[in-house]
Order: sequence, then C-alpha cells, then structure tokens
Amino acid sequence: MCLAIPGRVLEIEELGPLRSARVQFGGIVRQVSLNFVPEALVGDFVMVHVGFAISRVDALEAERTFRILQEMGELEAEAPATDM
Amino acid sequence: MKYLDEYRDHRIARALVAEITSCVKHSWVLMEICGGQTHTIMRYGLSDVLPREVELVHGPGCPVCVTPLETVDKAIALALRPGVILVSYGDMLRVPGSRSDLLRAKAQGADVRIAYSPTGAVKIARANPDRQVVFLAIGFETTAPANAMAAWQAKHEGLSNFSMLVSHVLVPPAIRALLGTPNNRVQGFIAPGHVCTVMGCSEYEGLVRDFGMPIVVGGFEPVDILESVLMLIRQLEAGEAKLENQYVRSVSPQGNGRAREIVAEVFETADQKWRGIGRIPMSGLRLRGEYAAHDADRIFALSEITADEPAECISAQVLRGLKKPTDCAAFCVRCTPENPLGAPMVSSEGACAAYYHYRRHSVVSQEKSCP
Repeated sequence: MCLAIPGRVLEIEELGPLRSARVQFGGIVRQVSLNFVPEALVGDFVMVHVGFAISRVDALEAERTFRILQEMGELEAEAPATDM
Repeated sequence: MKYLDEYRDHRIARALVAEITSCVKHSWVLMEICGGQTHTIMRYGLSDVLPREVELVHGPGCPVCVTPLETVDKAIALALRPGVILVSYGDMLRVPGSRSDLLRAKAQGADVRIAYSPTGAVKIARANPDRQVVFLAIGFETTAPANAMAAWQAKHEGLSNFSMLVSHVLVPPAIRALLGTPNNRVQGFIAPGHVCTVMGCSEYEGLVRDFGMPIVVGGFEPVDILESVLMLIRQLEAGEAKLENQYVRSVSPQGNGRAREIVAEVFETADQKWRGIGRIPMSGLRLRGEYAAHDADRIFALSEITADEPAECISAQVLRGLKKPTDCAAFCVRCTPENPLGAPMVSSEGACAAYYHYRRHSVVSQEKSCP
C-alpha cells in the first residue's frame, strides 16, 4: 500500500488550482498530481504514490550516497570472496 | 529504471552483507514496520544472507492487514445496498470479513469498483450523480494526503453523493504499543521511508528518546534494507540509540509540508482498532466534523458490528512480530491467497503472502503439500 515509485516528469499542466504532470515510469506514462510537490520541474524524478507525487527525489543526495555504496561494492569485489 | 535498478545491485548488496557480518558481535532482533520492506526481504532472500546473529521480524505495516474486520463487514454491507457504488483499492477486495468479502459481494451483484487513485473514486462520483459513491479510504500516513485530497475535492465541488468509509492508521503509536508489551523482543527498528517522506522524522526522535532504541528510516530496495540493517547493527554494537535516515533521497527531516497541511485540514486523530492487535489510543485518523457530509459512517448510520477472527489464524502474533507465518498450522494448507483465513495472506504486503510467494517451497515442512 505504501509503495511509491520513482518516475520522471515529462510535462506539467495547470488545471485551475490543481497542478498535475505526465510522469514516465520505465515504459509507462501516467497522469500524476503535483499538488504536494509543486516545486517539481520537467526532468525531475518524483516518488509517486496512488497517483500523487509525495517527494522530489534529491538527485544530489542520491548521487552522493550511491557513490559511497558503489565504492563499497567495488572494494568488496577486489577483496577475497566471502561465502554467501 | 533510475533510482530502482542501482539499489538492486548485487555487488553492493554483497558488500553490505560482508560489512554487517564483520560488525556484528551479538544477537539482535530488528523489526521492519512496512509490508513493502517485508516483501523486499522475502523476495530477495535477505534474511537468508544475513549472519545468523541478525533476526528480522515483520511488523504491522500493512494497512490492508490491519483494517478492522468490522470495517470490511461495513464495506460489504454498504456495497450490497441498492444505489451504492463501493470503490476500493484492489488489495481490499479479497480480504475476508466475518462472513464474506467484497469480491463475493460483487459476484452477488453489488457494484464494487477498483480505483488506483482516490481521484478515480471522485471521478466515478461525478459521472454517477444519481448513485451514492462510497470510497473505502484505508492506509497509513503515506496514503492519507491523497485520501484527504479526495474528501477536500468533493467538499469544494459540492459532490453530495461522494463519501468515504475511513480506516486510517498511524505508525508511531503502533510502535509505542509494540514496544510497551512485556514480551517485546525488538531491539531496533527500520522506520517506513514513505510514511516519513510525508510526515518527516520528528515523531521518531521521540520514540528513540523514550525507548532508548535505535531507529533508521529506510527505503524499499534490497540495498536500502541492507544499509539500514548495517546502520542499526553499528549503533547497537556501539551501545548507541539514535535516529538516522538511510532514505535521504526521499525523506527530509520535516517531511512534506503541503501533504501534512491537507491531512490536518481534513482529518483528526482518533482511537483506532487494528485488526489482530486491538484498540490503540490516538493511532488513527477520522474525518473532521466539517466533512461530516462526506463521512460514510455518519451519513449511512452504520451500526457497530463486532466480529471474531477465525480461531486458527495467528495473524495477531504475526503482526506483532511474535511469530512467523510458517509457525502457523494453517499456513499453505487451510490458508492460501486463494482461500485466506486472515488478511496478511491477502495483501500484496502481508507477511503471510510474502512467505507464501517467496518461501513456501523452502520452509514448509514436508508433510504439508503446497500448491
């Protein structure tokens, strides 16, 4: 139920007070409400839950933490194998 | 897909497991609250690759599973009334009430429809002005803003034929209730990343302080879960109890201000019954008085129903992390997703369904024949 999926904002529409966007998830495009994330811009990734964006993915944070994780993986690949 | 695939990278996952293995010195019991996280753990076999000192138990974070039996019965009763269209998230349709479920009510002629989003339910109400449209609004804090938005839209458009049967639950009071039980085994929590995306982290600071227990706000992919476990193990081995945020790409300390505003405008906190757990003070949301015209409980004058769970179902202990689904004699035998005894076997996020889908062939004892 609390599943939220990252999708990329393709196009933004203003419908009166309501703000919505066409958002791409892999090969699928859906209409998503941007009411809770009005700061999202075309090209941004947003986390979407039951048709509503609930956050804008912090690209810098994601990049930074992912690089740390990746380095960890690379170090591990060079280290002797562990039994898993 | 970006922000998904990289968090499923097996090299990073292996490195995290190696790091956890080298850090852990004692035995620890950790609980993930959210059913989405439970599914990731089962789907990727994470509990099998962790060192045996780390035990993961599964919490009550599946809204479908904790929606009270009485609410399911009420939804069925409403669906069977002439002139009513009952709209629900798909997961709820097979959840057993005391005598039936929504899918069977549909087979009997009730107009039961599935919505992917609450705005879909509002659209159905607009298109059917001569029918009463009741939306079964369930969920945790993650779903509350979207459900609140549906009520807000109906009120502002004057959609008098739209109402909501609300069963909303809140995570922090449930954690408090679990930690307060004398047989609690949990020593560290992975807090639900999407609930915190909406609500922020401040409520969890209070839990860390009051119970002296580490909490890590975690994401939903295998790398997220393993990194959260590592962060908890590091704290536990160092004798620390802090709130940390693993899911920084989505969770900010203050949460989503706009989403919280609409929730506060439409809902108020109230005592709430959790299926399998019982009543927890101020652990739910109900519509405010200003939204009484859209409150199905008020406009249909639904009588309070009391109902009992099937005696054999151990979901009460499963939802509290006291037992695993495989401890149940009915698991895979008299309880399957096709014929569920309890809600956790139905929902795509229920612990029993997760074990059924990913573990039944490896863990069920040989005398049980599994389909």
